[in-house]
Amino acid sequence: MSKPDEVLVSVRGLKTHYSIRGSFLDRLVGKTGAAVRAVDDVSLELRKGEVLGLVGESGSGKTTLGRTLLGLVPATEGTVEFEGQDITRLSEHDRRLLRRRMQIVFQDPHASLNPAMTIAQAVGHPLEIHGLAHDRDDIRARVADALERVGLAPAEQFMDKFPSDLSGGQKQRAVIARAIILNPVLLVADEPVSMLDMSVRAKILELMLALKHDFDLTYLYITHDLATAKFFCDRIAIMYLGRIVEIGPSEAIYADPKHPYTQALLRAIPEPDPRRTIPRDLPRGEVPDASRPPLGCSFHPRCPKAFEVCGWEARDLKELLERRWAGLDEAGFEAERAAVGPVEELDVPKTRVRLAAHGGAQGADLRGILERARAADPAEPFWTGVRQVQDSNGAIEVEWHDPVEPRLLPSGSVEVECHLYDEAALAEAARRRQIPHP
Amino acid sequence: MTAVLEVRDLRVWYGTARGSVRAVDRVSLQIGAGSVLGLVGESGSGKSTLGRGILGLLPDGARADGEVLYKGRNLVGMSQRELRRMRGPELGLIFQEPMTRLNPLLRIEDHFKETLEQHESKLTDKEIRRRSLDTLGRMGIPPTRFRQYPHEFSGGMRQRIMIALALVLRPSLLVADEPTTSLDVIVEAQILRILADLKENFDTALLLITHNLGIVAEACDRVAVMYAGQISEEGPARDVFADPKHPYTRELLRSTISLDTTELHSIPGAPPNLISPPSGCRFHPRCPDVMRVCPAKDPIETQPDPDRRVLCWLHGPETEIPDGGTAPAERARIAVAEEA
Repeated sequence: MSKPDEVLVSVRGLKTHYSIRGSFLDRLVGKTGAAVRAVDDVSLELRKGEVLGLVGESGSGKTTLGRTLLGLVPATEGTVEFEGQDITRLSEHDRRLLRRRMQIVFQDPHASLNPAMTIAQAVGHPLEIHGLAHDRDDIRARVADALERVGLAPAEQFMDKFPSDLSGGQKQRAVIARAIILNPVLLVADEPVSMLDMSVRAKILELMLALKHDFDLTYLYITHDLATAKFFCDRIAIMYLGRIVEIGPSEAIYADPKHPYTQALLRAIPEPDPRRTIPRDLPRGEVPDASRPPLGCSFHPRCPKAFEVCGWEARDLKELLERRWAGLDEAGFEAERAAVGPVEELDVPKTRVRLAAHGGAQGADLRGILERARAADPAEPFWTGVRQVQDSNGAIEVEWHDPVEPRLLPSGSVEVECHLYDEAALAEAARRRQIPHP
Repeated sequence: MTAVLEVRDLRVWYGTARGSVRAVDRVSLQIGAGSVLGLVGESGSGKSTLGRGILGLLPDGARADGEVLYKGRNLVGMSQRELRRMRGPELGLIFQEPMTRLNPLLRIEDHFKETLEQHESKLTDKEIRRRSLDTLGRMGIPPTRFRQYPHEFSGGMRQRIMIALALVLRPSLLVADEPTTSLDVIVEAQILRILADLKENFDTALLLITHNLGIVAEACDRVAVMYAGQISEEGPARDVFADPKHPYTRELLRSTISLDTTELHSIPGAPPNLISPPSGCRFHPRCPDVMRVCPAKDPIETQPDPDRRVLCWLHGPETEIPDGGTAPAERARIAVAEEA
């Protein structure tokens, strides 16, 4: 057995950005396109023999983080040390050698097996790729052993079958056999059970736990499902828009979730308990575009507990107006829309914006719209962020409090990146609240 | 409860190279006006086929027999022309993958225009616009986005648009086949919230087809559990979850991984193929409570409570069980490899 606190993988300041190609004209004049910050400054450690759950919605960057960890996607910045070697700086040849020690299981078992390869060929393929076995009988014997390990026994019955002959659960077993045939120390499992039926999920998770024990494996379990993660993981890292917003021991995260996002994820899980109903106070909207993340804390536009310094800005006003208009009748909407003009002008990451009145309306009309919106929902956190609204010659100028950048800070036995747990941010918000509006 | 739709003895089967598949085998169901019925089962249980069978949307080569009664008329055997006229204004459908069901070349506005013009040709452009914006607004889609294209919307928004497209015709029954499967958990809950509120906002009944028991528990009034083409158990969702009568329901509940799960549990074996299903009760090879009668005789539907029904010999009728039939039977060993 390994020592409990021995670090297997150490990730420091990791950033993985994908550049988006700009328009043809942009490229002609040499302008570089924007970047999707899929992983944006992540640091974490994976200890030997543990199961770390990486939990988040699609677009949170969890899959990219898993792939960067294996060197399948180049890191933009930062380091990933695996057994003391920084894999971001290795040559392709050296990285290949390391990959014998780290394997991945993908989400879709139907897509991760080549339909033209028999199960024996697929499971034995890593041995050939890495040149670890040449003798056909040797490969077959090792494939048979791997298949029996994952419960596909007797192996003879499966070796010459094609993926299309197997059920989803059996395919996933074969994929796992392929992943363990090289005797890896690290297994990245990217949503290994989410494509499977409920009654099969438990079997695959049980298999993974047994293999972890037999082979002394370390897992990075990537999932959107907090229920399986709770059962499976020693520690949990919650990701949102490329950043870890909360990380700590599983018991602590589930007993006392700190980040409002973690709390929302937990409440949203449909539970087979008829006394429960779907919560009504869920965060609105969806994960925003990672190429244009919100200012301040990325979660603030959806957060029910956001306040002054969380990063309120022009785009939040656009969303507020659109939400309001979705609930108005056509005449009410048309009148307000005519006065505000194209809301696209608000689609900028700025804390100060000038909103011109359109269609013969005055600044006072725009102010009136904002006041009505506020009266309709005074508890909306957006209003805490508004520093002032000034009339200026047929327009209004709206200004928001400057954001305080969130930091991952220790809180009890976990670390959390939220201003609610940051004394400095809370003090700053209190200070701004006391300054009278000019 | 007045039923908006009643299914009686519906059978659906289709031919394959290996034989005929009995995907739906003598299913009877009622959906009450304005209520939500959850239809739950594993893949291959026939739940999607049943949903499509109700709407007359079976693929070529499939045959249906029995009755699907809607407003006193049997939809089985109705001409395609007549069915098409009913689909939309009477019976709506929401699919799993919202992106593949919206035309990428059409603005949202045009989707609504096309839908409304097809079924309510007398509407003026102004009325079409008002009805569409009103329905979209109730789904939380702002009117400023009416002229955008499907790709400009997120996954959750597209599903809201699909629901609005179905609801704009004011159907009295909506069939939703795994409507949240490709969505993230928070968005899934948002969509379920909308679906569960349909009766208050639109007076629409809903048949919600899903493999997720959690969704049924939270969003449905009643639940029907489907196994190998048959309804094993049906009743008020609350009662069925609190006190499942069929061993399959009980085992399915136990194997669902939830936040309260402290140990993993699974049902041995895999759902049977429907070309040659097991004799007697189709669940008997996997059933922990299997009795001698189970493989020998087809189970008979009974009502353990006035409002519930179950297809399992554990609940009788005793007069039909041969002597010694209730003695426990040996369950054949199931190899891990046989499992799904």
